[in-house]
Amino acid sequence: MNAPNASGWKPGTPVQDHNAMAGPDTVTGNRALMLEEALIFEIGNTETTGVDLPEPTGGANRLGGLDRSEKIGLPGLSEPETVRHYTRLSRQNYGIDLGFFPLGSCTMKHNPRLNEKVARMPGFADVHPLQPVDTVRGALEVMNELAHWLIDLTGMHGVAMSPKAGAHGELCGILCIRAALEARGDAREVILVPESAHGTNPATAAFAGYKIEDIPANSDGRVDLDALKSRLGPDVAGVMITNPSTLGLFERDLKEISDAVHEAGGFVYCDGANFNAIVGKVRPGDLGVDAMHINLHKTFSTPHGGGGPGSGPVVLSEALAPFGPLPYTARTKDGVVHLIEEEDADAFSEKHFDGRMQSFGRMTAFHGQMGMFTRALSYILSHGADGLRQVAEDAVLNANYLLRSLEDVLDAPFGHSGPCMHEALFSDKGFAEDISTLDLAKGLIDEGYHPMTMYFPLVVHGAMLVEPTETESKAALDQFIMALRSVAERAKAGDETLKTAPHYAPRRRLDETLAARKPILAWEEPNPPAGEPTMSEQGGR
Amino acid sequence: MRYLPLTDADRSAMLEKIGAPDVDALFVDVPEEARLDGPIHGLPMHASEMAVEKHMRRLSKKNLAASDAAFFLGAGAYKHHVPASVDHIIQRGEFLTAYTPYQPEIAQGTLQMLFEFQSQVAHLYGCAVANASMYDGSTACWEAVAMASRIARGKKRKVVLSGALHPHYAEVVKTMAKFTDDEIAHAKPAMQASPDTDGLISRIDDNTSCVVVQYPDILGRVNDLQPVADAAHEKGALLIVVNTEPVALGAIKSPGEMGADIVVGEGQSIGVGLQFGGPYLGLFAVRDPKHVRMMPGRLCGETQDAEGKRGYVLTLSTREQHIRREKATSNICTNSGLCALAFSVHMTLLGEKGLRHLAMENHRLACVAADKLAEVPGVSVLNDAFFNEFTIQLGTDARAVVRKLAKDNILAGVSLGRLFPEHEELSDGLIVAVTETSTEEDIETLVSALKEVLS
Repeated sequence: MNAPNASGWKPGTPVQDHNAMAGPDTVTGNRALMLEEALIFEIGNTETTGVDLPEPTGGANRLGGLDRSEKIGLPGLSEPETVRHYTRLSRQNYGIDLGFFPLGSCTMKHNPRLNEKVARMPGFADVHPLQPVDTVRGALEVMNELAHWLIDLTGMHGVAMSPKAGAHGELCGILCIRAALEARGDAREVILVPESAHGTNPATAAFAGYKIEDIPANSDGRVDLDALKSRLGPDVAGVMITNPSTLGLFERDLKEISDAVHEAGGFVYCDGANFNAIVGKVRPGDLGVDAMHINLHKTFSTPHGGGGPGSGPVVLSEALAPFGPLPYTARTKDGVVHLIEEEDADAFSEKHFDGRMQSFGRMTAFHGQMGMFTRALSYILSHGADGLRQVAEDAVLNANYLLRSLEDVLDAPFGHSGPCMHEALFSDKGFAEDISTLDLAKGLIDEGYHPMTMYFPLVVHGAMLVEPTETESKAALDQFIMALRSVAERAKAGDETLKTAPHYAPRRRLDETLAARKPILAWEEPNPPAGEPTMSEQGGR
Repeated sequence: MRYLPLTDADRSAMLEKIGAPDVDALFVDVPEEARLDGPIHGLPMHASEMAVEKHMRRLSKKNLAASDAAFFLGAGAYKHHVPASVDHIIQRGEFLTAYTPYQPEIAQGTLQMLFEFQSQVAHLYGCAVANASMYDGSTACWEAVAMASRIARGKKRKVVLSGALHPHYAEVVKTMAKFTDDEIAHAKPAMQASPDTDGLISRIDDNTSCVVVQYPDILGRVNDLQPVADAAHEKGALLIVVNTEPVALGAIKSPGEMGADIVVGEGQSIGVGLQFGGPYLGLFAVRDPKHVRMMPGRLCGETQDAEGKRGYVLTLSTREQHIRREKATSNICTNSGLCALAFSVHMTLLGEKGLRHLAMENHRLACVAADKLAEVPGVSVLNDAFFNEFTIQLGTDARAVVRKLAKDNILAGVSLGRLFPEHEELSDGLIVAVTETSTEEDIETLVSALKEVLS
């Protein structure tokens, strides 16, 4: 058969002929489907609106004489202009829906659309947090059902549902530890944090008033057990440990670490950002963990949304569970799920927990991220106990496949430490002298990929942390391997075009130094040339 | 499993490449005694999309949706009409499934949106700079207190909270202060027509880092903040103003205009929806640009690319945890990006004209409701001034009344007993919110039901 493209090239295969024809400049700055879009402040005006509302009639006014008479300066657009503005902006974004997003530690997996549909059911989306509890029994059941899954999957005793995201969950866990220590009259000052930890760990512990001390890693990349043991003592409140670690390794000695910490009177906080690697395979509770946050937006696939909202429930051991924040839900023997707020916390504790519940207080208004609970529960029920286990296995399988398919072109500093978990770590060793990890990442953008996590963890030079997740097919991984091998070879050969990459993105490399030196953080109306109307005076575009 | 693309043949081929006999060999570092040998006992197996949807729908139906009731709840979360195009835009995969824009060349959509959002919030609040959002209003409120403490370099340890601050917000501040050794001065709200400004001012002293007031306050009252701002500034303290109803700022003066130093609030009203309390949208702004480097949270700034084209990046990240670790201004690393998008789209649809009209329609209906409720025997309206929310006193425990009316699908308001359980003397108070979604028929329904239950 005669193919119209004589070369036989098709998508997904390497391009042999690189003689792409450079086109002319365009007067609009647009390039076909790549459309430029100005700010709403430049295209809108204060007299245009995209909603139909009644004109004020000048009736009663009980605003206490505080009427806002000055111009606010908020531009409006009609609905078609609004939809087009944001649609054009959206097309300048990379997302999981568009392609492979191997951002280590961030777990960018497919977001099932059923979960979006469920979260929008009126009984979840259109209920007020302070409705009488008899009108929100279903919402409380969602919280309780999800809570039970989280407890069972982690082998823990209780769960605090209200934290708003991972770092908020970390704070919740550390405050539980502090409350438990204070309850036994045992003030301790130090939290030990391995040097490979997420930056949020030391920030959280410092926020809660603790001194931070680093614990080194051994040559394997794992926490140095002896160094940790020798530092334990009556001043150590606990350790914050990430498992699997940010190097993508399972902390083999976690049980021994936990035992030693408990022996010394401290608690073990586990950063659960990487729980997706082990869900259904091992329970942190069986390894002696006292508190662990779970990023519902990672392990249980609630959408990242361009930077939140997240959700960070914290599972707690029997020793810490009584100190968790208000409010919490509990199901009594009659099957009813209760919402325990300040109003009835003491009475409920007396009646059902022999007065043991001594919450450290409230961390947020209302009850937590309900919109994330519904999505996460829908995800969990879809996978079930068998599917979640398969999730962990496939995520780990995919990561090891990448590790072993790339370690001959990229340095894998811990490739010798055994299998990785859900992410594979590489370094910039072997790159030409003037080519950096950043250059490689920008080269990947031109190949149509979102880069991996760069320069993290800090303990590896020029780190590249690649997390494929379980929702990528083998074909997608194979194509990525082909692309990354090619870019890595160029980095080693000192290909100068990498230093100016990306070439094909909506923007070339952006000047971050300029942004920080002269911060422009809000739109300001430029002084119009004499005689020109300002935005607020213009009648239309 | 519909979400897992690997086939068994793929898995075998990949294991062969890896050189592992089976997948369990990849979990060799997990201590053997802790390994689970099969699906966790007692948990259900995977389910079809249809089955999960059915289960969730059943749970959803056990709740009374606000739109199916005569609905008057506020107190920090408000029911407003959200245009259909807002939800359409936030469901575009390029926004929904993107990450934090750390690779700005392929995240200009999110970044330009954040720049526009920051500018909208700054204008709305009468401030110079707003950040890219925080978890919600209550955590933004605590972050503002912590920021004031940083500005005072720990030399001033007293935080004065208005008694009319949302009690959940006050509780969050108190919880956090237990761990940071800030001293909290907080009085219960006085059931008066206007807030107790003199009492608040009398608690400000030289050791005060900040004063926190809510505007409109938890009882719906609005009052001039300038006297509090002046008193705070005289003692070298910052004024933090909390706003839980941004629609109000289409009708009443901005906190920035009245001397607020930090303005924080809940953005849920615009674009986000009720969602049983979360996810919501924390707004955070400062009036004076000199405070920018002390702010928590992400900031998006303008810059240019290598060809000189305008573009946007996250900036001033040396304040943040991933760089500064224990020296960061906050431990937060997530904002509320998609809710910020919803807010920004809705605000763009409104524009200044639409926001003002929306605000005045809310106020008009609230005035109608207040007048009609005032005629109910046994009911008195507390407020002199209000926006779309006011407090009535029923002369009996409002909690019981709320529960009773809920049985007839009337969600009458938020009882002060629910919010302030420790102050029995407030228990006859009911906060009633009226928005553009309330009809005059709904108001009639509430009025007649109250007549009946109070007679």
